[in-house]
Amino acid sequence: MFSSESLISAHDLTKKFGSFTAVDHIDFEVYKGECVGFLGPNGAGKTTTVRMIYCFLPLTEGELSVAGMSVATQAREIKNMVGVAPQEDNLDFDFSVIKNLQVYARYFDISKAEAEKRAKEQLTFFQLEEKKNVLISELSTGMKRRLILARALINEPQILLLDEPTTGLDPQARHLVWEEVRSLRKRGVTIILTTHYMDEAAALCDRILLMDNGKVIEQGRPSELIKKHIGADVLEVDNDEKLLQTLKAEFPDAQFETFGDRIHVFTTQPHGVFERFLEKNPFTNVTIRNANLEDVFLKLTGRGLKA
Amino acid sequence: MTKISDSPVKFAVPRLTYKVWRVWRRNFDVFMKTIRVNFLPSLLEPILYLVALGVGLGGFIQSVEGMPYIDFIAPSLVAISIMYGSFFECTYASFVRMYFQKTFDAIIATPVSVEEVIAGELLWGATRATINSTTVLLVIAAFGVVSSPLFLLVPLIAFLGGLMFASIAMCFTAIAPNIDFFNYPAFLLVTPMFLLSGTFFPLSQLPPLVQTAAQVLLPLTHVVNITRGLVLGRTEAFLLLSLVWIVVVTIVFFVLSINLMKKRLIK
Ligand SMILES: Nc1ncnc2c1ncn2[C@@H]1O[C@H](COP(=O)(O)OP(=O)(O)OP(=O)(O)O)[C@@H](O)[C@H]1O
Ligand SMILES: [Mg+2]
Repeated sequence: MFSSESLISAHDLTKKFGSFTAVDHIDFEVYKGECVGFLGPNGAGKTTTVRMIYCFLPLTEGELSVAGMSVATQAREIKNMVGVAPQEDNLDFDFSVIKNLQVYARYFDISKAEAEKRAKEQLTFFQLEEKKNVLISELSTGMKRRLILARALINEPQILLLDEPTTGLDPQARHLVWEEVRSLRKRGVTIILTTHYMDEAAALCDRILLMDNGKVIEQGRPSELIKKHIGADVLEVDNDEKLLQTLKAEFPDAQFETFGDRIHVFTTQPHGVFERFLEKNPFTNVTIRNANLEDVFLKLTGRGLKA
Repeated sequence: MTKISDSPVKFAVPRLTYKVWRVWRRNFDVFMKTIRVNFLPSLLEPILYLVALGVGLGGFIQSVEGMPYIDFIAPSLVAISIMYGSFFECTYASFVRMYFQKTFDAIIATPVSVEEVIAGELLWGATRATINSTTVLLVIAAFGVVSSPLFLLVPLIAFLGGLMFASIAMCFTAIAPNIDFFNYPAFLLVTPMFLLSGTFFPLSQLPPLVQTAAQVLLPLTHVVNITRGLVLGRTEAFLLLSLVWIVVVTIVFFVLSINLMKKRLIK
């Protein structure tokens, strides 16, 4: 699916804002053609990392290279091959939708005719042609996000950086973005995406880098991470001390986490163990489901009380 | 391992390419879109000044330095429009683009550098000065005040002087915590220049100390000198000194403002 050629490579990458360390000596590789998801709680350092990749923020320490070029010395070459959809809306409020794309294309020296052609294609794909001549202030939040994506693709980038591309999108628009991400990946575009939606990360990413407090705390394929940290099945029940003791006695090998008023029980045992237990012990308000990436996220970034 | 020093930006002479004009072009496109609200009012203002001060007030004044009062002030109006055009473009308007609209952030993600963004803004400020002052020039020509073909050189001085005021303005933008901050340079620098740069009365009316200060320190004084010389065909040697003054100050503030903006924008 993707080659072993490393396209983005970070060693000891560090970013400090004054005395605050936002990205703390991290190492990672992104291989050509893969889609890597940067996950992590608010303030983990995802946006800061992405900004260093597109040469927006200088590094404090360490090394970062993109396509073999150093971000410190070859920013212009790197930015030529990268498409960026920033987390923060920075569309040009002085222009209409289509003019935003045309003016942006001009920064890349794309000819007027070519820019016009690409702009029209993007607007069609992201279902914005009706809004072509509308000012940015008249767009809805989701339309703005879509236009930011369209803009990120205007230079036909080999590397795409998507910082929370689907925040604020309705389900249709989200699937539109997923479709585009998949089709770009098929065409060999390397994609880095940050998201707070675990289903999105699981659906799109070949590999996940989980960040917390400026560090990469875990990485791997979504399915591997789920298997490694959670197991196969999850049982969710209402939080109750007596019930917790019963469950612990019944499943000595399982892991227990309490999230607010719910207990989550993770097991690596084959499917069916929870079902058999419930037949004998009928509780109310129980859910049995497959383990997912959100379980991994919550467990590793430590928001719940460890039971 | 590369170790980069604590402050992410070092003072340097900016390295610029033709990409500067892409930024300039963006502002030009916005200007063309809004030309009716941007441009027409600027036509009315010099007419009002010429009528009120030149014709109205001028009726009470015999002559200034051997010329009718309206002749004395008309070139000043051109010089003032150079200052206003670029100063306000590179303070309020640049600040809005940088701070509220995040336009600079968007451009910096493309193959255009921070330096080029700021240089483009400065050149645009100079262009605004040229456009505005050329309008005023045409108005005073219509009033019959222009008396030398040298007036054709005024747009060149407007661009240079505009670049100077734009660069000075951008230094304030680089340190402005919020948009209201610009009240300081507007009232403490621009208004005094408007009144005290040999614009509405000769500097010789002022006490010697103030006179010297106005000549040494106020950029507008030099722009007024040259503009008046060209419009009225009174070229004297000291105009060359004013030109050198403007060139030096422009270079210094051009480099300084780009560095200050880099410091502000690169975290
Ligand atoms: N320009 C800046 N100056 C000072 N601190 C900053 C700056 N940018 C980011 N930070 C800090 O760095 C840390 C990481 O921020 P970052 O935006 O990278 O987080 P994130 O993982 O993208 O979070 P989110 O999920 O909320 O987008 C935060 O604590 C933030 O306050
Ligand atoms: Mg972020």
